[in-house]
Amino acid sequence: MSVLVNSTINGDNVSFSCDADETLMDALRNRVGLKGVKEGCGTGDCGACSIRLDGALVCSCLVLGAEAEGRTVETVEGMSNGAELHVLQTKFLEHAALQCGICTPGFLIAAQTLLEKNPSPTETEIRYALAGNLCRCTGYDKIVRAVQDAAVVMKKGRKK
Amino acid sequence: MLYESPQTTEDAVELLSKSKGKVHVLAGGSDLLVRMKGGYIEPDVVIDIKRIKSMNTIKKTADGFLIGAAVSCARMADHQALCKAWPGVVEAASLIGSDQIQGRCTMAGNMCNASPAADSVPAMIAAEAWALVQGPRGERWVLVEKIAKAPGVTTLRKGEVVEAILLPPKYKKSGDAYLRFTPRTEMDIAVVSAAVNLTLGAKGVITDARVALGAVGPKAMLVKPAAKAIVGTTLDDAALAKLAAAAAAACDPIDDKRGTIQFRTKVAQVLAKRAAKIAYQRAGGK
Amino acid sequence: MNKETKFTERTFKSVGTRPVRPDGVDKVTGRARYGADYDMPGQLIGLMLRSPHAHATIKKIDTSAAEQLPGVKAVVTSKDLPDLTDGDTDLKCILENSMARKKAFYDGHAVAAVAAVDMPTAKAALKLINVEYKIHKHVTDVDKAADPKAPVLHKDCFTKGVEPAPVKPSNIAASSEFGHGDVGKGFDDADFVVERNFRTEQTHQGYIEPHACVASVSPDGSGELWVCTQGHFVFRQQCAQLLGMDMAKLRVTSSEIGGGFGGKTHLWLEPVALALSRKANLPVKLTMTREDVFRASGPTSATSIDIKIGIKNDGTITAGEATLRYTSGPWKGSWAMLGAMTAFACYDLENVKTTGLEILVNRPKTTAYRAPSAPMAAFAVESVIDELAGKIGRDPVAVRIQNAAKEGTQSSYGPVYGPIGIGPTLEAAAKHPHMSAPLGENQGRGMACGFWFNFGGQSCTHINIDIDGTVTLTVGTIDVGGARASLSLVVAEELGINYEQVKTVIGDTGNLGYNEMTDGSRGTFASSMSAIMSARKAIEELKQRAAMMWDVSVDEVSWEDGHARATGNSNLPPLSIAEIAAGAGKTGGPIAGHTELNADGAGVSFATHICDVEVDPETGLTRVIRYTVIQDAGKAVHPTYVEGQFQGGATQGIGWALNEEYIYGDDGRLQNPGFLDYRIPVCSDLPMIDTQILEIPNPNHPYGIRGVGETSIVPPLAAIANAVSNASGVRMTHVPMSPPRILAAIEEAETTTA
Repeated sequence: MSVLVNSTINGDNVSFSCDADETLMDALRNRVGLKGVKEGCGTGDCGACSIRLDGALVCSCLVLGAEAEGRTVETVEGMSNGAELHVLQTKFLEHAALQCGICTPGFLIAAQTLLEKNPSPTETEIRYALAGNLCRCTGYDKIVRAVQDAAVVMKKGRKK
Repeated sequence: MLYESPQTTEDAVELLSKSKGKVHVLAGGSDLLVRMKGGYIEPDVVIDIKRIKSMNTIKKTADGFLIGAAVSCARMADHQALCKAWPGVVEAASLIGSDQIQGRCTMAGNMCNASPAADSVPAMIAAEAWALVQGPRGERWVLVEKIAKAPGVTTLRKGEVVEAILLPPKYKKSGDAYLRFTPRTEMDIAVVSAAVNLTLGAKGVITDARVALGAVGPKAMLVKPAAKAIVGTTLDDAALAKLAAAAAAACDPIDDKRGTIQFRTKVAQVLAKRAAKIAYQRAGGK
Repeated sequence: MNKETKFTERTFKSVGTRPVRPDGVDKVTGRARYGADYDMPGQLIGLMLRSPHAHATIKKIDTSAAEQLPGVKAVVTSKDLPDLTDGDTDLKCILENSMARKKAFYDGHAVAAVAAVDMPTAKAALKLINVEYKIHKHVTDVDKAADPKAPVLHKDCFTKGVEPAPVKPSNIAASSEFGHGDVGKGFDDADFVVERNFRTEQTHQGYIEPHACVASVSPDGSGELWVCTQGHFVFRQQCAQLLGMDMAKLRVTSSEIGGGFGGKTHLWLEPVALALSRKANLPVKLTMTREDVFRASGPTSATSIDIKIGIKNDGTITAGEATLRYTSGPWKGSWAMLGAMTAFACYDLENVKTTGLEILVNRPKTTAYRAPSAPMAAFAVESVIDELAGKIGRDPVAVRIQNAAKEGTQSSYGPVYGPIGIGPTLEAAAKHPHMSAPLGENQGRGMACGFWFNFGGQSCTHINIDIDGTVTLTVGTIDVGGARASLSLVVAEELGINYEQVKTVIGDTGNLGYNEMTDGSRGTFASSMSAIMSARKAIEELKQRAAMMWDVSVDEVSWEDGHARATGNSNLPPLSIAEIAAGAGKTGGPIAGHTELNADGAGVSFATHICDVEVDPETGLTRVIRYTVIQDAGKAVHPTYVEGQFQGGATQGIGWALNEEYIYGDDGRLQNPGFLDYRIPVCSDLPMIDTQILEIPNPNHPYGIRGVGETSIVPPLAAIANAVSNASGVRMTHVPMSPPRILAAIEEAETTTA
């Protein structure tokens, strides 16, 4: 059975209809067209489909599309301010924190959530906060460094 | 499939009682959606309880902490009084999956999924937590260790839903701890786990204790002989050895992809001892 | 024009810098399109039905009910993929693997597929397909499969490569031998000989992007395929052959690829997607779930390796011998052969002999996984060398340095080495501060070496000088992790222009001549060689055009720093690439450079890794607490991405060493087809991975470039095993060294000594 869902997605009011048993990940990808939400496993084990739902970091594969009714959704597509990339996006590029890039949208959303909650995380805190995001290419080294560097830049930005 | 999101517990109970076919409650969804994706279940109705206000709050009362069934584990970790009173339970709840899962998963869901490896359940059992069950014939209170019957099967009756979990108030000079063994630091299911909750009397002597083990039997279990082994002691080496022996005797694990019988039995002892030491320290023992 | 592909010493301006990759912004903003991110108008959704049995004859498939379900547009079985392989046995295996024919050979083997208007309809249709199986005894274990009493997968499988040919069929598909000297004599000369059996379990490449494609076949026989692949030209060739299509009429476009590591060198879904589209006469999207990926795509081999090495008290290794059994899934592969070739490649041995046995099992078809087959062989060899060093009381690094292969050494697999990096990586390891850092309680340090051949092969590139002076490089090797940045750097270097002026794109199969896969660490090596040649041709053309513009002889024009200079007339100001390009319409038309070549001389690659672990003696839990990779990269074109390859390979090796494994039940079904119980390392499992790049130029590349992608996965299994041995006192011979295995070994050791 189909349901009609009204949500705020990346700041815009969006209506979409999806099957009642369809995941928010599938709905965002196939009904809304936000292909930056990636499917790596569909079971909440890889974090590639990470989004924020009412501000909370979630795997969109473990949310029903219908649950987004009246809620706000944030995906990687809404992360930059127009043409101005988010500091994390810039730092991921500078540090080569991506190789194939399929996990990158999920890492960015998870890292953004971390830094908003904890602006000065230790390396260990970063590693645990990103443990729900699998990367098979980088060995995580450059991802952790990119997040560390972004944290420094974002803190400087706040002081200004 | 039908998706329902009732606003009240009464509506949820009515939907659960009257819906035809396979009806499933959706709390955090971190187990339900995985089973749907794998084709293990094909619900006819899914009842989302997250829009029910009474299930969405943590209340501190004279009876303790009443944690709504839809409260995510992340929100528990943000509740300072709860963290202070029941660090072991909160740590156990915080071990369920990644930050992404934490934003969704609930202790009530963890309990109702009835997996022997559920992280929060041994900690709740050790804490002597109760589940507030609402059903067509009103409410009833059930000890957490009585909810699971077998892997994936609960004692809940048709039409019943867990509304909240009650953790007792923090007793003076008491402490709890939960430890699990996983090969990775995160993202794994417990291969074996242990929770200890204890209270100290004069001179650091343990006056009361509850010990629970996970993933060493068909369901998480309260191990009374293990508690008995440390009550009346200051958790010296002899007491710890007895605790380990009692834990080992209670183990009835299986060989599976996550661990062997031998390994689980050995590590259950190690974790019981380590958890007891942490709980003892948290209770103020030295 | 300089056609010389030999290395010449030079000072680089662009190569060796670390700019942001050209495809980067798309990947951090969600714009980049991967396999599953593309839709064709009117496309159907495809789904596969897979065998739940490890070994079964398909007696009957009834698809009639599925075909009649409204919304179902096509159902295919092996009948829709007739055998057109014409004696090509490798292609026949691909065909049989794509869709089971008479028998299903493993849990997850595809037996039928549907295409329907949407996913719910496709799922409903799958349930309506009725397959009647006759179940046979199965075998998944490597040693059990090699046993003469094992159930035989193929009645016509007689071991190849042995004389006389066996008369009884078996699961040993082939045998291959390598080596030289007399190992018997070598062992006689040894003061100590260690002989052991090592086992490694099957692992998966674990790329985060599941396989996905969209196929469209038109009634006129032309088709399009959008697919995540490591080699779209190879995919086109094989798909066209399997479907009976004209190669020129099938256009294959490679999507962005979400990881491959060898696993996307092989066809899985694509022939079926094309068959579905042909039958439905509509485009079909076909993707794998994660469970499908584990059950039915590219794992590496499980192995059982018997090894024997002898050493003299003075540290000389006198002989090495190994018999290596590698599973290849249900069909013959060359995996044991690669293991047998690589096992002793790091060392200069007088007497060496290796035998590789390809073992058939009821598991998915083995596919390449990063330096395929080398890590398992290195695990065995490097573990025993450490043990022997202990026996003679010598430092394990010093023993390796003493026996390391060098320029002129006859390798254990035949060829004589040119300038190589094994010695220098070992010397660097000996001097590295990691080697002398203090260790804590329950901690141990280990090191190990690794080798990989690297490949070259067929490549074709095209350079267009655009009229504004920017440059497009089109390559046919797909970019798995930053190659577009590296290739842009190489072209900028050769043309003498800025990196930002060059845009590298991956052409589809209609744009370029045939290119081999991005495998064997060949992408940057081979495509850069071709790109340099293309750039040199473009420079020749640019000089010609400048000569025309100046009305001088081309002999009087030189090319420096992105400008044509008139060598004979200093009054003529240099012409920039933009100035020449702007006038191209008047000087003969577009300016381009094109090259097709067979890149020879991929320089072999060596690495030495150092790692520290901490082992919990009560639980067997092992944590890696420090890790250092030292590898010869040849010239590092983009050092950051070189480091990334080192770190990524090491991490895959760490996962393999400690926790990753395929677990089969007694029923022959895979027990852990998901990221929950197939445990790849997570961020919090690891320390930073330190790297040291050595740059020993490859003499067979104009810039000295070698492949760098694969070698880093070779040493970790042994390095960690050696560290675990030093931390806990137990020699682990079974990978993964999971906590239950380590704890059992510790307890056994305690019982033995007590």
